[in-house]
Amino acid sequence: MKARVQVMLKTGVLDPQGEAIRHALGALGFDGVEGVRQGKVIELDLAGDDATAAEAQVTEMCEKLLANTVIESYKIDLS
Amino acid sequence: MKAAVIVFPGSNCDRDMAVALRAAGAEVEMVWHKDAGLPRGVDLVAVPGGFSFGDYLRCGAIAAQSPVCRAVIDHAQKGGYVLGVCNGFQVLTETGLLPGALMRNAGIRFVCKSIPLEIGTTRSDFTSGYAEGATLHIPVAHHDGNYFVDQPTLDRLRAEDRIAFTYGDNPNGSTGDIAGVLSENRRVLGMMPHPERAVDAGHGGTDGRGLFVSLVGALVSA
Repeated sequence: MKARVQVMLKTGVLDPQGEAIRHALGALGFDGVEGVRQGKVIELDLAGDDATAAEAQVTEMCEKLLANTVIESYKIDLS
Repeated sequence: MKAAVIVFPGSNCDRDMAVALRAAGAEVEMVWHKDAGLPRGVDLVAVPGGFSFGDYLRCGAIAAQSPVCRAVIDHAQKGGYVLGVCNGFQVLTETGLLPGALMRNAGIRFVCKSIPLEIGTTRSDFTSGYAEGATLHIPVAHHDGNYFVDQPTLDRLRAEDRIAFTYGDNPNGSTGDIAGVLSENRRVLGMMPHPERAVDAGHGGTDGRGLFVSLVGALVSA
């Protein structure tokens, strides 16, 4: 079973890297980009095929290590 | 007075930290990150600057999960003193010993220069040697020093007089110009500027010496 964890800065937390990308896109002539947020994707290969157990386990991983919940939110997709 | 300086793969201010502590009169032992415990009788743990574990995932995140960090948390929870500088500050926020998080500098760039640093409170063993309202000149060198706390936490830090240092000219976008914060019991300090890089005339200034002298002095007499 695979888990895909998407980690993003929470809404309201300034994302300087996203802003830099937005400026660079503007400089390249891409008009109308009103906002850019940059995050990260972490892919996990998990043993077993119990989706409920996997979701609980990956949630714990996110809380303990994969995301810093002071500033980041996360989303888990299992497949 | 006995201090332990933690060394992670990628730490690069560990020896400077040891030199600064020894100059202030501390007996210093270096502790490798794989050690499960701290040496006996340690009064102060210093978590130095650098790029522990290559700053992978988030600055300080991997280091915060290392065996020795478990011992550092226990030490702090028993009322022990902990000083985290730069990457050490990032590690302490990742362990939860200090509130908030350190994010990429608002200006994106790595900032490396001497900056004016204002004393936020003298009510701690780290800052009691400085004059109230004094401005120090201390170097900063970081890419991720943008301190973030939410508004309720900021209000609480202010109400509890836990902001140890503020920037005179905010170099990284930190909330409330915060450069250093204290724990609730005032025995854990995290700060982005490097006091250990300002303890010898050869460094171009000695404004950092006061922190080590007052801290070692307080722990010797304790």
